[in-house]
Amino acid sequence: MIPDYLAEFFGNKFIGYLIAAALPLFLWILPYALYAVYAERKVSAFMQDRIGPNRVGPKGLFQTIADILKLIQKEDIVPASADKPLFVMAPYVIFAGTFAAFAALPFSSIYIGSNINLGVFYIMAVSSFSVVGILMAGWAGNNKYSLYGAMRSVAQIVSYEVPALLAIVSAVMVIGSLNLNEISEMQTAYFWNWWIFGGPVVGIKKFLLIIPMTIAFIIFFIASLAEVNRTPFDIPEAESELVAGFHTEYTGMKFAMFFLAEYGNMFVVSAISVSIFFGGWQSPFGYLGNSLGISWLIPVEQVFWFLFKGSLLVLVQMWLRWTLPRLRVDQLMTVCWKYLTPYAFINLVLIGIITLF
Amino acid sequence: MTLEQITFIILALIGLTSALMLIIQKNPVYSVLLLILHFFALAGFYLLLNAQFIAVLQILVYAGAIMVLFVFVIMLLNLSNEEALKDPFNLRKIIASIFGVVLILQFGVFFFIKAKDDLNVTISPNSIEAGSIKKISEVLFSTYLIPFEVTSFILLVGIIAAIVLAKRKFE
Amino acid sequence: MIPLKYYLILSAAFFSIGIIGVLTRRNAIIIFMCIELMLNAVNLTLVSFSSFFGDSSGQIFVFFVMAVAAAEAAVGLAIIIALFRNKLTINVDEVNIFKW
Repeated sequence: MIPDYLAEFFGNKFIGYLIAAALPLFLWILPYALYAVYAERKVSAFMQDRIGPNRVGPKGLFQTIADILKLIQKEDIVPASADKPLFVMAPYVIFAGTFAAFAALPFSSIYIGSNINLGVFYIMAVSSFSVVGILMAGWAGNNKYSLYGAMRSVAQIVSYEVPALLAIVSAVMVIGSLNLNEISEMQTAYFWNWWIFGGPVVGIKKFLLIIPMTIAFIIFFIASLAEVNRTPFDIPEAESELVAGFHTEYTGMKFAMFFLAEYGNMFVVSAISVSIFFGGWQSPFGYLGNSLGISWLIPVEQVFWFLFKGSLLVLVQMWLRWTLPRLRVDQLMTVCWKYLTPYAFINLVLIGIITLF
Repeated sequence: MTLEQITFIILALIGLTSALMLIIQKNPVYSVLLLILHFFALAGFYLLLNAQFIAVLQILVYAGAIMVLFVFVIMLLNLSNEEALKDPFNLRKIIASIFGVVLILQFGVFFFIKAKDDLNVTISPNSIEAGSIKKISEVLFSTYLIPFEVTSFILLVGIIAAIVLAKRKFE
Repeated sequence: MIPLKYYLILSAAFFSIGIIGVLTRRNAIIIFMCIELMLNAVNLTLVSFSSFFGDSSGQIFVFFVMAVAAAEAAVGLAIIIALFRNKLTINVDEVNIFKW
């Protein structure tokens, strides 16, 4: 495990673990967020038959870097009527919630920030914490659009947590573990061992499990879209009605922090679905390192597959954003309480019956 | 000092300051946010006590759900700063402070005089197992099964009561 | 190693702060928050006893306390909203009649 190796290298457990904890921030979240913004613009351009950013660097590859440079240079405005301490704190609180979730994500069999037994549960807990940051941002800006956005966002996130957790509980009931690293380890080697295809169980149970697990994944995916405020559930931001929702009043680097948190959250929810349903860091068809006999290649491949699968689901989220229209507030609540939650309960009972045999 | 002791002291300082600031603070929005900070400190204590499950539950239930409800209501009601601390010396406050001081003295007498040498036990080696989700669920679904079912009934009553009270009118 | 005593002193301190808050403040929401503070002080005691004796029962009581606190928060905040709607105040001193 890399944290232990670093602890040994620096001769101090505390420093080693601290550096291991900071690794995903610099090695993955920042570059990923930069290119996710670029990908989002390219995807939207493709969907709308445009070219998209194409001026900075080849094919516009450096566009978002230029954007970040612009945001850094911008004046950091705090509105005169804003509640200053809360206004300054809010973006960091939101980002802390996102970043804390990365601690329990298994990037590979040798790298997981903290191999805790409650992995899934912990991630759901800390990512629900970003709600507080959203409310702070919306209230501190002292702007009616911000407050509306924050209120909508909170109502939405708190409601959609129910089906998301139920879907995860129904999957965990079959799996029998909350530790994301263990869950990934179980789904060995080939893609028919992924939990969405019934997992590494044998016999008739595997085929019975395919449909309920797929339903659980779909419910979790829809609910997680709502939790990260993506279209079709983007009423908290709703550019055409609320200016920009809870981050209307923010400029410069603080605005960039909101974007970093949003894209980070998108990856976190995708990573949870990947670890539970799509085999985590396992490769879908065996390891190159195994067949070549190079043992150090396997963890590298695992990191690649984890990030690849996660990014693929992020891409699906972008695809949905530019395909579906936005829901109204009442439709949003209807979808959650009248459809997703009852279906999640039925699914839970169904999986419970199957696991009894 | 070990890392554990340093963590304990930091968490105790955070918990005490946030609790004190909470009752002194005039702006209710700040009070709620301080209470959330206090709950995070408590979650830290639970981790120090090897109660992982309760620590995560604390964040999920309190910081993620109950406190959001509080913040939501405060922002919905849009309260201006209350004038609670403008008239500090009425009879009620004097009685309250006397009562508080007596309570603190009682605790002090108990901990520093009566139980001076007791209670110095150290943490049980079983604590890691006792705090694990496996052990807790075993006990919860066998010994405490009926209280657990009653809890679900309490939550149902809570939901119905909240809807009846908060809904403006039933047509 | 931190002895059990320190945890108990700490939770006693939190409990006292909660009581002082309930007795001195008038804002219904703050009073409610102080009650949560007291509930959590008791939770800390329960968890520390549970860990120091290596028995899960204390943590299960914490679980129940949390469930009751959640129901209580929902009902209590609904009462506060109903109160505010009818009286336009949540100052507990001004709420001195049963029916309005």
